[in-house]
Amino acid sequence: MLKTMMRRASKVATVAAAGLLAMSVQAADPIRIGSFLSVTGPASFLGDPELKTLEMYVDKINEDGGVIGRPLELVHYDDAGNASNARNFASRLIRSDRVDIIVGGSTTGATMAAVPMVEQAKIPFISLAGAVVITTPVKKWVFKTPQSDRMAAERVLADMKSRGLTKIGLISGTGGFGSSGREQTLAVAKEMGIEILADETYSGSDTDMTAQLTSIRSNKDVQAILNFGFGQGPAIVTRNYAQLGIKRPFYQSHGVASDGFLELAGSSAEGLRLPASPLLVPDSLPDSDPQKAVVQAYKSDYEARWNAKVSTFGAYAYDGLMLAVAAIEKAGSTDKAAVRDALESIQGHVGVTGTFNMSPDDHNGLTADSFRILEVHNGGWKLVN
Amino acid sequence: MFSEFLQYLFTGITIGATYALIALGFTLIYNASHVINFAQGEFLMIGGMATVSLTAMGVPMLLAIILAVVLAGVLGIALQRLAIAPAKNADVVTLIIITIGASIFIRGLAQLVWGKEYHVMANFSSDEPIQIFGAVLNSQSLWVLGVGAVLVAILVYFFTRTLTGKAILATSMNKDAARLVGIRTQMVLMLAFMVSALLGSIAGVVVAPITFTSYDIGIILGLKGFVAAAIGGLGNGMGAVVGGLALGVVEAMSAGYLSSDYKDAVAFSMILVVLFFMPRGLFGAKVVERV
Amino acid sequence: MAQLANFRLKGLLLLAIVVFALPLFISNPFHYGLATQIALIAGAVVGLNLLVGFAGQISLGHAGFFGLGAYFSGIMTSNYGWSAVPALLVGAVGVGLIAWVVGRPILRLKGHYLSMATLAVGFIIAIILNNERALTGGPDGMPVPSFDVFGWELSPFNQYSLLGVEISGDLAWYLFAGVVLLVAVWLAQNLIDSPIGRALRSVHGSEVAASVVGVDTAKYKSLVFVISAIYASVMGALYGHFQGFITPSVASFDFSILLITMVVLGGMGSTIGVIIGAVVLELLPQVLADFQEMEMVLFGLILMLTMIFMPKGLLPTAAGFWAKRRAQTAGGKA
Repeated sequence: MLKTMMRRASKVATVAAAGLLAMSVQAADPIRIGSFLSVTGPASFLGDPELKTLEMYVDKINEDGGVIGRPLELVHYDDAGNASNARNFASRLIRSDRVDIIVGGSTTGATMAAVPMVEQAKIPFISLAGAVVITTPVKKWVFKTPQSDRMAAERVLADMKSRGLTKIGLISGTGGFGSSGREQTLAVAKEMGIEILADETYSGSDTDMTAQLTSIRSNKDVQAILNFGFGQGPAIVTRNYAQLGIKRPFYQSHGVASDGFLELAGSSAEGLRLPASPLLVPDSLPDSDPQKAVVQAYKSDYEARWNAKVSTFGAYAYDGLMLAVAAIEKAGSTDKAAVRDALESIQGHVGVTGTFNMSPDDHNGLTADSFRILEVHNGGWKLVN
Repeated sequence: MFSEFLQYLFTGITIGATYALIALGFTLIYNASHVINFAQGEFLMIGGMATVSLTAMGVPMLLAIILAVVLAGVLGIALQRLAIAPAKNADVVTLIIITIGASIFIRGLAQLVWGKEYHVMANFSSDEPIQIFGAVLNSQSLWVLGVGAVLVAILVYFFTRTLTGKAILATSMNKDAARLVGIRTQMVLMLAFMVSALLGSIAGVVVAPITFTSYDIGIILGLKGFVAAAIGGLGNGMGAVVGGLALGVVEAMSAGYLSSDYKDAVAFSMILVVLFFMPRGLFGAKVVERV
Repeated sequence: MAQLANFRLKGLLLLAIVVFALPLFISNPFHYGLATQIALIAGAVVGLNLLVGFAGQISLGHAGFFGLGAYFSGIMTSNYGWSAVPALLVGAVGVGLIAWVVGRPILRLKGHYLSMATLAVGFIIAIILNNERALTGGPDGMPVPSFDVFGWELSPFNQYSLLGVEISGDLAWYLFAGVVLLVAVWLAQNLIDSPIGRALRSVHGSEVAASVVGVDTAKYKSLVFVISAIYASVMGALYGHFQGFITPSVASFDFSILLITMVVLGGMGSTIGVIIGAVVLELLPQVLADFQEMEMVLFGLILMLTMIFMPKGLLPTAAGFWAKRRAQTAGGKA
């Protein structure tokens, strides 16, 4: 049984490969964009919209005539959120599929596992993961599109300070995102003179965080609470927060900046604030904002094609792909070193997440200002500043 | 101080009741077949996901729940008939691996049909939490506890008062002897899987408003249910309930008083301590090994 | 008995031929990388098989030891400047000690209770690796330096010359991992054929009977538990150095389940069989990657069907089939 399955699988693979070969002969040398994403597993809410975005825009770009006269071809694998898988697939993309550039890596763990391979193979790699370690210190071939978690912490803590909240409680997920966010928040708080009086965590599969919140609440000096985490966890935290009747200001991180979160958390989310890309409030942006058109177009394209709500995470992939395209156009070829140099010199590239200004010391190219502070208001997002 | 303690207790009991219901499902199948069914969590997932997707299609809530539970029951029968029965002479480990394969398969199907998103299910009654001595209790928690208690009562009645229930027990104690007195043991095994699936899916429906639901919710809850069943003593219904509640309360208390980082580690250490002093769990029967 | 030893020797020879002939058929560095990874994991599975297949004790937490080995070696080499070999050896001794300390009490447990206890031990290790961010890098993982022997560095990215032939680092790593696997198999087979191995098999057959005839079952079970943990630790350390980056998923419950599945799928008690189990289960996701959305469904289905129709595992079933065929043809001739 297994044998026949395997044989059939390899037959399908051979046929598919032959098909691709035939196609590439016809279309003459496509530009191969490689990707490994966490399409399934605990980080699937990152990888799923990212893959949808890549598929959709690769098609779209090809309909419009491709890049430097060549069509794009997307080669992608699902790492299921596992770092060893990510490394294997990065290796497969580089050595077996011989892609020209990699846009992928949904989580920090997956990205970092692929980095040694990428650096060694000297291939441009645009990561879609958040943690600050990805581009600090700068790695020659590694770029990333999301703002770092450090910027999110800066933005949130600055907003708290402006409201006179200087003694706060922190609750975070024990996954990569929450854990790195927690560390950055602790570091930034120290610099900004904000005291963190409570520091609790929950694991990604927990179904009730009432105990942690009760423990934070019992500290009467805590003026506000920040939750750093992603997935369904923060939605449960938000609901428990409302059930416990905690009245202190509540903040979430950019990890939940999506309409899906509002659906899960429901009315409990009312009044909470978080840092997010303008994607959630395209219509509230002033017309003078250069991002407005880009953001609106991405949102309507995505929602029309997939009949699903757009998410911030898909936008990271959009920016990654567009940066890759811009760099290839600028370099005029897919020569890896030229594309890398072009990427590093990109200035004023308006994306959905923010406006990218890359430099040899900054492979992220965004500032904390690219985050907008949003508040949940009547079940929707409201731009605060 | 007291209100905090009470809050941790409420939290623990609600989580624990969920674990207990899953543990009961393990217990049922273990009793009938000595198989640890790693697909138990998937029944829970089917209960929640099918209900959510049916209500989204406009089916009334109650009917949706009934259909979801029936679907899980059919799946339970299918699992026994198509996967467990054909491998009847296999090693226990082999049977475990078969159930792991089944759980991956079911989860894969669920992901294809229902997608990967988390879904909300509305509370059965009011959204207003209940205040008791400064602690709050989600009204849905009462549903979980109530439904749990009713299910336990039905199971007790089933096993002590009905012929079918007694037949399951007899099969678990001695398959050959049971067959000799005219019990159709294959039928009994099928029944055990079905009842276990029904139980799991009902648990999935009542906890979904608290935990949300998605195609992969069954992995960790199923595992916790197994842990609870082992603490209580595999095969003992009372043990499953006590083990579940104990696990939930220990998790909540250690999150509140010790370290939320290590609350799961505390729970797992508890198992080691329990098994160290009581190698067959809290309520496990002392059996003499037949040579 | 002599026949059995002879059969085992043949297995080892066959494995050696496959290991050294493989580079004639593949040349892509990605395939070498995959083969290296499979060889290292297969080494850990050979160790686990001693526990599961010969002593009949189930472990659902073996990835914990694998992860401990990987992290100990990773931390000592990257943070404390140790060389990889002493880090690997000290790690293996440490893991062996831990296994001995936890093994004594939990190996008294029987059947599913033992599975539960090993699962708990594995989980606790994974939680510690995940939480101790300062030391382990937390859930995002940590980079691990290349493997080195007295200053000589083995990296998949370098070039080496072997007997005057220029070979790539990937091939060098593959050959190294292949030799490690052969040594692991050879050691395991020696253990199986020793008096210890006979005592172990008696424990598997019937523990009560074994203890009645004077076998100190507790001692032998602990011993094999420690040995299998050391196997996991050594392979974990090498795996970390080869990968260059590790996350707590190397110690996860999922990985524990994968390891035991390799043993059962390949054929419990057959050293070559469990290696086949490792090869199949590591290659399957690569093959199924092309099916995308269907990957999980197919993986579950294949696993289920294989175990239903070949409950003894791939190799024993195939061997049984072959033996029957031969007996039939022999019978036909006579």
